[in-house]
Amino acid sequence: MSSSRPRTIPIVPVEEADEVGLYEIRRKIYPRAVSGIFARWRVFFVVATQLVFYGAPWLMWNSRQAVLFDLGERKFYILGLVFWPQDVVYLSVLLILSALSLFLFTAIAGRVWCGFACPQTVYTEIFLWIERKIEGDRLARIRLDAESVNAKKLAKKGLKHAAWIGLSLWTGITFVGYFTPIRELLLAIPGRLGAWEIFWALFYGFATYGNAGWMREQVCKYMCPYARFQSVMFDKDTLIIAYDEARGEPRGARSRKADPRAAGLGDCINCSICVQVCPTGIDIRQGLQYECIGCAACVDGCDQVMDKMGYPRGLIRYASQNSLAHAWSRSTMWRRVLRPRTLLYAALLMAIALAAGISLALKNPLKVDVIRDRGVLAREARPGVVENVYRAQIMNTSETPQSFRLRVEGLPGIVVAGIEQPIDVGPAATRLVPFRIEAPMEAGAPGSHRIELIVESSGATPLQRRERSTFILPRP
Amino acid sequence: MNTFTSPFWDVWVIVIVVASIIGCAWLLWSTGRIKVKNKGPAADGAVSVTGHVWDDDLEEYNNPLPKWWSNLFWITIVFGIVYLALYPGLGSFPGFLGWSSTGAYQQERANFDARLAPLYARYAAMDIEVIARDPAARQTGERLFLTYCSQCHGSDAGGARGFPNLRDGDWLYGGTPETIVQSITKGRMGVMPAFGVALGQEGVRDVAAYVRSLSGLAHGNLRSQLGKPLYVQNCAACHGADGKGNHAMGAPNLTDQVWLYGSSESAIAEGIIKGRNVDAIAGTNAMPAFGEQLTPAQIRVTAAYLWGLSNLAVAAQ
Repeated sequence: MSSSRPRTIPIVPVEEADEVGLYEIRRKIYPRAVSGIFARWRVFFVVATQLVFYGAPWLMWNSRQAVLFDLGERKFYILGLVFWPQDVVYLSVLLILSALSLFLFTAIAGRVWCGFACPQTVYTEIFLWIERKIEGDRLARIRLDAESVNAKKLAKKGLKHAAWIGLSLWTGITFVGYFTPIRELLLAIPGRLGAWEIFWALFYGFATYGNAGWMREQVCKYMCPYARFQSVMFDKDTLIIAYDEARGEPRGARSRKADPRAAGLGDCINCSICVQVCPTGIDIRQGLQYECIGCAACVDGCDQVMDKMGYPRGLIRYASQNSLAHAWSRSTMWRRVLRPRTLLYAALLMAIALAAGISLALKNPLKVDVIRDRGVLAREARPGVVENVYRAQIMNTSETPQSFRLRVEGLPGIVVAGIEQPIDVGPAATRLVPFRIEAPMEAGAPGSHRIELIVESSGATPLQRRERSTFILPRP
Repeated sequence: MNTFTSPFWDVWVIVIVVASIIGCAWLLWSTGRIKVKNKGPAADGAVSVTGHVWDDDLEEYNNPLPKWWSNLFWITIVFGIVYLALYPGLGSFPGFLGWSSTGAYQQERANFDARLAPLYARYAAMDIEVIARDPAARQTGERLFLTYCSQCHGSDAGGARGFPNLRDGDWLYGGTPETIVQSITKGRMGVMPAFGVALGQEGVRDVAAYVRSLSGLAHGNLRSQLGKPLYVQNCAACHGADGKGNHAMGAPNLTDQVWLYGSSESAIAEGIIKGRNVDAIAGTNAMPAFGEQLTPAQIRVTAAYLWGLSNLAVAAQ
């Protein structure tokens, strides 16, 4: 910030206009660079999330990719776990846990997801960093855009977009690498790449380039539904990014040596740095607005200014509406973090996570489906012996080959016939086995009887599944 | 495909579609600008209001949407027009790309068959008996059987009442590989005429008793002797004088232990009285033709599998 007096930019009301468009041309926002505690946290999240995103496809597990969503084989591999379509309930649980954790930390600290971890913010920050490195700081960028087209401008813009496009392409390829093993994917470029892989890599890359390079805050302001329903998750004890009006008003320029109170001024020197650093272009001093993504850049910016002026930090800070209205101390405000709403969310979250974890740990890797042939009601296999026909679908969801034996219970003298035992099923494979069940004619009354099929393995860790079915004895 | 006799519905659809597109465009254009008055609230006079007032003091801001929002809407309208030129949508106009759902299906079918062809290519030169011994072919044949044949013949190919057992080595039309291929490709229709009227109630019971005697089942001796001349008169033409059946007509062998509809006297009598190929209860004896559904290569592999079920000593069966 220059040492001259900050210029007040007058707000000129629009006079009685006849007709105004319902759509406005977008004004580009040039966020000013800022440093501070929250800026460092944001950098940490950018690095952490992208390390995971770009790095995970390269991990291997048991000679396959550790994280792979094999749509063709309908199996999702996440480290040691293999999820089949029958396991979709865990996806629901994951979504429920995500929603509950979202409610929890939003109730506590507002839009921390938006400001620190959301991919839109993360990628916009990466692209902004590239833009800053190539085009310069805020003033340099504004000046460059105002220039008419010349060689230097073309070169800078060209380099910036080339860098953006390169990163977007790599992002698209990494995205597809979660569905097709990334090493095969890279080896297949450019000749043997499948049409859908090309499409998705380009589409996702284009979306990255468009959203992070061009759209930026337009996504947050107009497209993302989270902005609109945040108010549902806030309450008066939520820590939002707030301007301490009581402390800051009335705002005005003053010399550093002067005593603001004596001059009848609040702590705000009206430097408008909080507006310059804001990526969505709002003035936080007007209060909580839906455009505010909670990135805390204004907090860092104002703290720096306060340091320079020798005033205490925190003119813009994380504070709850209650704490501002009642002038609470920090400890009172923080104690309110533990309140019925947050405790309930936390309890639900832990309970569901625990249940899901236990369920995953105890998951039976053997799945069996038994379907009785409907067309063949009952047959006489030999005089005095009745048979019914069935199909068993035996699914071995573990990643080791298994050997199973099939037997039946439920009627005296009932046995399985017509298949070779043991039944071998390969790793992460399923096998359809047609077979017959025979029972003596006098085993029961004519009609349908409940029987139970037992599929069991005798390996190191014995597996077992019991499936109910019916057996029909005809009228003699 | 337009099967309407008058062009009315064509025109109707075209009018609605075109009117809707023009309507959307007009709506977007005409509501793009409004008259606003600047009576914003005290704090920030920069926000204009539309002038509507509800409940004495409730006003409506005009916070402008970004231009790209309406531009995207315009793009969708243009996209709609281009789409309707290329694809069907304006009545029965087929679109310049000539797409149709039948055509898409045929293309998919052709693609699928092209992908399948190399898999079956190596069987083309092999005899069916040789294919039946190939493990990969047997698995393919089993899968084809489970998909297309098991609904009637049972998942284990053991048949059911009215549907032959394909594992027992007993063939109605002859069990050579060529006959099996013919059965699958062209289907079969076993026709047994009704003899209830011709024989009368007592005559039917006599013949039934004689038929049971042919295969060694318990029968009334007197009735069986009375039935024999009736059998020679009425049944021998198809089933043979010795009751061994006739492959050319698909007439079953009456001297073995294989009974398609059951071996009880009442079951045999029902067949004689009503004939077979009458109704669903007495049996329609109809095997559908799979020549349109399966390629000749697929039929050969399935036939090989079935031939193997009856002729090869496979432990599982």
